[in-house]
Amino acid sequence: MSEEIKQKKVENLTDVTVMFAGDSGDGMQLTGTQFSNTTALFGNDLNTLPDYPAEIRAPAGTIYGVSGFQLHFGSGNVNTPGDSPDVLVAMNPAALKKNLPNLKPNAMIIANSDAFDSKGLKLAKYESNPLKDGSLAGFKIFEVQITRLTQNALSDTGLSVKDIQRSKNFFALGLMYWLFDRPIEPTVEWVKTKFKKEPILIDANIKALKAGYYYGDTTEMFATKFKVESSKLTSGRYKNISGNEATAVGFVAASLLSDLPLFLGSYPITPASEILQYLSKYKNYGVITFQAEDEIAGIASAIGASFGGHLSITTTSGPGLALKTEAAGLAVMTELPLVIVNVQRGGPSTGLPTKTEQADLLQAMYGRNGEAPIPIVAASTPSDCFYMAIEASRIALKHMTPVILLTDGYIANGTEPWRIPEVSELKKIEVKYAENPETFQPYNRDENLVRPWAPAGTPGFEHRIGGLEKSNINGNVNYEPENHHEMIKIRAEKVNRIKNFIPDLEVLADEDADTIVIGWGGTYGAILDAVDRVREKGHKVAQAHFRFIYPFPKNTGEVLKKYKKVILPEINDGQLAKLLKAEFLIDIIQHNVIRGLPFRSSDLEKVIIENLGGNND
Amino acid sequence: MTDQTKIETTELKLTAKDFSSGLDVRWCPGCGDYSVLAQTQRVFANLGYKKHEPLIVSGIGCSSRFPYYMSSYGFHGIHGRAAAIATGLKLVKPDHPVWVATGDGDLMSIGGNHFIHACRKNVDLKIMLFNNRIYGLTKGQYSPTSETGKITKTSPYGVVDYPFNPTALALGANATFVARTIDRDAKHLQYILEEAAKHKGTAFMEILQNCVIFNDGAFDDVSKKDVKDDNILMLEHGKPMIFGKDADKGIMLNGFIPIVVNLSVNPQLENMLLIHDEFEESGILASILTQMSEKTGLPTPFGIFRRVNQPTYVDGVTRQINEVTEKKGKGTLQKLLNEGNIWEVK
Repeated sequence: MSEEIKQKKVENLTDVTVMFAGDSGDGMQLTGTQFSNTTALFGNDLNTLPDYPAEIRAPAGTIYGVSGFQLHFGSGNVNTPGDSPDVLVAMNPAALKKNLPNLKPNAMIIANSDAFDSKGLKLAKYESNPLKDGSLAGFKIFEVQITRLTQNALSDTGLSVKDIQRSKNFFALGLMYWLFDRPIEPTVEWVKTKFKKEPILIDANIKALKAGYYYGDTTEMFATKFKVESSKLTSGRYKNISGNEATAVGFVAASLLSDLPLFLGSYPITPASEILQYLSKYKNYGVITFQAEDEIAGIASAIGASFGGHLSITTTSGPGLALKTEAAGLAVMTELPLVIVNVQRGGPSTGLPTKTEQADLLQAMYGRNGEAPIPIVAASTPSDCFYMAIEASRIALKHMTPVILLTDGYIANGTEPWRIPEVSELKKIEVKYAENPETFQPYNRDENLVRPWAPAGTPGFEHRIGGLEKSNINGNVNYEPENHHEMIKIRAEKVNRIKNFIPDLEVLADEDADTIVIGWGGTYGAILDAVDRVREKGHKVAQAHFRFIYPFPKNTGEVLKKYKKVILPEINDGQLAKLLKAEFLIDIIQHNVIRGLPFRSSDLEKVIIENLGGNND
Repeated sequence: MTDQTKIETTELKLTAKDFSSGLDVRWCPGCGDYSVLAQTQRVFANLGYKKHEPLIVSGIGCSSRFPYYMSSYGFHGIHGRAAAIATGLKLVKPDHPVWVATGDGDLMSIGGNHFIHACRKNVDLKIMLFNNRIYGLTKGQYSPTSETGKITKTSPYGVVDYPFNPTALALGANATFVARTIDRDAKHLQYILEEAAKHKGTAFMEILQNCVIFNDGAFDDVSKKDVKDDNILMLEHGKPMIFGKDADKGIMLNGFIPIVVNLSVNPQLENMLLIHDEFEESGILASILTQMSEKTGLPTPFGIFRRVNQPTYVDGVTRQINEVTEKKGKGTLQKLLNEGNIWEVK
């Protein structure tokens, strides 16, 4: 090896967006996850966006079978998975074709040139080879024979050609580790654990990983490698976490904080199934997971468990929430604590199962028969799911009500480093039970209009509840007109009073600006980035993000009325805007783009600047 | 009140009346539901249950008002979902008997899915199906157990579909306890309720129940004094299958088809009669019994078709939680926050 090659140029970058893309069977999610975990361990802030098709293995080589994993990491704060990739790893022509329109100008394309044969090109509907025909002018193309190089490296492992092919993602991963100066050891360790039972695969995958790494080092093709310094994160212990995992851990924490065992009734549905999968592992925390026969049984069993005194939850996505509607009303009527998690996806109907959207807010708000108010909270980032799971549980238990927690496909699957809180930072959840059997009446109420909880099976508090209208105080079936009117008002006011117990809407950035950008849920990172950039350009703009949506925080009206312009981007057709307009009679500048994808912060930046009367050029 | 008297009063065995909530019962006069209510209260008292022990869940329909009339914990759910609600309740209250009161519309139609899964999983619910073969509360539409040809409000020219056979459905879903009884026969009803209570696992009871308003007389053949003995086969474990007013008819198999033989004409056939075996594991004998009815020219079996022991779902869930807790140690907040790939930033 000549000295010349060894001394490659090192370029420093503040942040990079990488897209790993290949066939559904190419292991791109694994590759992306490994790169993310290593990058997190390395100390970078990061944010990820897995983008996979709804089909498990669509025909190989086709565009609709492309699975991608986008990762944004940097030396500063990273709040989004990146608007457009700086680097694309394309394992086949289809992966290139699908991701090309979104690449940054002058982006780097690392293509597995072996896959660009006539068959691969035909499947991707390319008439000529884009790597050769000049159509990629403006990009930096690196053709790497990933298939062949992997084949050569693993020829002595005794694996079949077909099996060797399955390791080529590790070659690509190794190459990327070299290119961005990351250690390979964390992945080596992971491979050793993962394939413990198949030593031959440990050997093969580590060989492929190393072959990729050394290839970068020795080939003359790559003259430069990149350095992204680690971020200055707040000191503490960190873990890379997805929204779904954070939701699961959050509920286990809520169970421990309330000293109540956790019950989950759920039916598998994309993109929420992972919460059920995670929680089914927490048996030593006393968690009962019931994989129900359908969505309705998921919520119905949770209501039964709540009647029995557990902290009870059900998890689903939009179509499942639709099925749970009637039972959610039952929880309103019986005034039992329950958290319903909706990991929103593209709708209506089956819609876009693997894509993100925020279009279930009005369903959460109004999707029930009768006057059936249910408090709504929403998580804004993957790690915020942890805290909002706790807050949703707190409201449910304190106010004896079902609560809907909205997350979405993007934050559910996306990951970010999470500074793990100390036990002392988490506030206990107080649970109040009925105390005196002599005076107990199931629909008697405290100063917050909350009825007492007497879990079924407690001696002395035997009572009957159900879906029929209740008599106030004693809870017997009651069909009288005045009672019904009164009960509707009481149920509404009970939920309304929750606003006395939730935090005020917090205004970030410039309080003295005359424009505020508001949002809710998973758009937080993109809005934050956009607002930051607008401010860097010298504009004054404020930002506020709703985590508690219904009831609205007490100061909401006051905050919104302070600004001349209120801009609200949503990945729906204006659902929060409708609610705010109706409640506060204010004008809202809406930005609604519903593509199944998170917002690009650069797009939001443009929208904000336009509305500030600025020039985008 | 001293502690001593407290213990004595709580240890007093409750009576049937103690299990009544005291609310006015609002079923139609003469409704078969009254009998089921009375027998359940009696059986709970006989079994020595305390008020807080049995937990009763129902769906929607006439029979689903049941929990309101009991003094124990009760949950009146939504249409069809009783078994699902009860499953969640049983999972968190494994030591309490959980009973489901439901009707043929509630359990067989809108709640069909929950029913078969409650059987399949052996959740350990006691399911009382009040089968009156009609929608009563909505005032007289045909139900999934209504006979083909039946004239009802929604079938003015007769029902054109085919009814479910509830015991066969339960057995097909692998219920570990399957029985049939009738509202009119208080003693038999009481016996079935009691045996179901003692069974460990999901117990399914089809209770033929007369709706005096919309389907009166639906079960006359098996309840009227003068004819019932010729139309009912009372199952008794270990006994040959004999029925009839004069106990002169028997059931034997011809191939795998049950037939009726006349013992006064052919007394020598008595030792070839089918012997009932509730504990027959495979469910084949019970399957044959579920298909016997007037439709096949055979008597309708009453009694316990099948009762077999199988670990319950609730036991399985509890066992796993205990095993994992023993292996990994009980989870704490400290532990929870320290699991996984963690790194430290100074």
